[in-house]
Amino acid sequence: MKTITQQKPLEEILESIARDTSVFIVGCGTCATLCRTGGIEEVVAMAEKLRDAGKIVTGTAVPPTGCDEVTGEIRHVLREPLAAADVVLVMSCAFGVQTAASQLKKPVAPALDTMFMGKEGPAGRYSEICMQCGQCVLSATGGICPVTVCHKGLLNGPCGGTNEGMCEVGNGRECAWTLIYKRLEAQGRLDSMRKYQPPKSHNATLRPGMIDLTHSREEAAKQ
Amino acid sequence: MSPFKEALDSNKFVVTCEIGPPKGVNLDKMRHHIELVKDRVDGINVTDNQSSVLRYPSVGGAIIVKEMGGEPILQMTCRDRNRIALQADLFFAYSRGITNVLCLTGDAVVVGDHKDAKGVFDLDSVQLLDTIHTISEGTDLAGNPLDGTPRFCKGAIVTPEARPLEPQLIKFEKKIEAGAEFIQTQAIYDLDNFRSFMDYARQFDVKILAGIVLLTGAGMAKFMNARVPGIFVPQSLIEELEGAPKGKALETGIRIAARMIRSIKEEKIADGVHVMAIGKEEVVPRILDLAGINSG
Repeated sequence: MKTITQQKPLEEILESIARDTSVFIVGCGTCATLCRTGGIEEVVAMAEKLRDAGKIVTGTAVPPTGCDEVTGEIRHVLREPLAAADVVLVMSCAFGVQTAASQLKKPVAPALDTMFMGKEGPAGRYSEICMQCGQCVLSATGGICPVTVCHKGLLNGPCGGTNEGMCEVGNGRECAWTLIYKRLEAQGRLDSMRKYQPPKSHNATLRPGMIDLTHSREEAAKQ
Repeated sequence: MSPFKEALDSNKFVVTCEIGPPKGVNLDKMRHHIELVKDRVDGINVTDNQSSVLRYPSVGGAIIVKEMGGEPILQMTCRDRNRIALQADLFFAYSRGITNVLCLTGDAVVVGDHKDAKGVFDLDSVQLLDTIHTISEGTDLAGNPLDGTPRFCKGAIVTPEARPLEPQLIKFEKKIEAGAEFIQTQAIYDLDNFRSFMDYARQFDVKILAGIVLLTGAGMAKFMNARVPGIFVPQSLIEELEGAPKGKALETGIRIAARMIRSIKEEKIADGVHVMAIGKEEVVPRILDLAGINSG
């Protein structure tokens, strides 16, 4: 699972740094590199575009993992170009942007939009696999997530918008419940689909998510 | 017991139709449609932001049906309200004499006219049926006791032409287990296919009203075949519409609808019909006349 990102339109990026003359660019060696949105190539291309737009690019960096803490080493090596920049343009997911914002002590601007947690299918095509609902139902649904893959997150079967295995919202989205039905049928486990699923608890993942994993759920319940 | 529930239980051939509230607050046309049909049918469905297009609310339309002496069937989708709002609206509806509810998932937001809105879907249609059952037992979904218990006649929909059909039927059975007392089907046009569905559906203790959507021309039929999931208009009907004299396609559509209703009634294929004359509600009395349906 990785964080799928998409580059913002250049116009929007330039608008967000309109007041800034000099820019330092940070990419990410993990998810954004795999998505081809914030790897070395994309960072170099962005530097070029910003220069064409009249900005001064004071330096660039693509740390191995954009969301990890910025190491003292990076800060030391890049101290001067960072100090010279009015703003840090971050080409990583929102996690990387927030890491940069809190640790580099500079104004930041995201160059990417964070889309979802997903997987890569055919080259360049990504799909969402988990909404982090905190109440995994995959045992009842053949390992296909209806909360994520069904556009409406339906728990008790398909809606009337399903058509030959495709979803009414289009763009090649498949009907989750047709996929689930087929898999459960092949496994001889359609009884799972016949079972009533009660409404989900949105309290299970009270936003913003915060969790103390020092105790198991059983231990926490006892306390 | 609601007059609609009485009709369902009476074993008579039940006829319902639907009206769509306006976009805005000019209710004249909706009132006119209600006036035309209220004494001809056993219940009038009021659609709920149908096709995810913003409208005057279904509960408002249902109140007007009630005020005008008709029998409203409140359509409720799960798209626009969470479980708190749905329960509150059920209380409100009941307090205004609305006791029939059709539970629907609701179309996706993106097929409508507010594409950037958030689709809620806190509940699904089966869970909404279960919710109505729960509040009819005197507690809310969180288990708190209610001061005054609403009781509803609750229904759901099924798409007999869905492909694949089997997952749809599993959900249909879950709706019945969750307490659906009546089912209004998606549009059906092929009576042989519908008979097969009814052969299966007859085993369940639920009243089934066949969905009749008025065809206004061959173009509409072809469009639905191509674009609307779960609707299949046979080629013979398309040819019949194409063969209509210029300007008479609607008349042919009216006759097709009337003929289907008559067949369903005379051959006792289903317990009744639900007539949807989307945008052409004024022709519903004529469809019923031609079908030999006298009055609600």
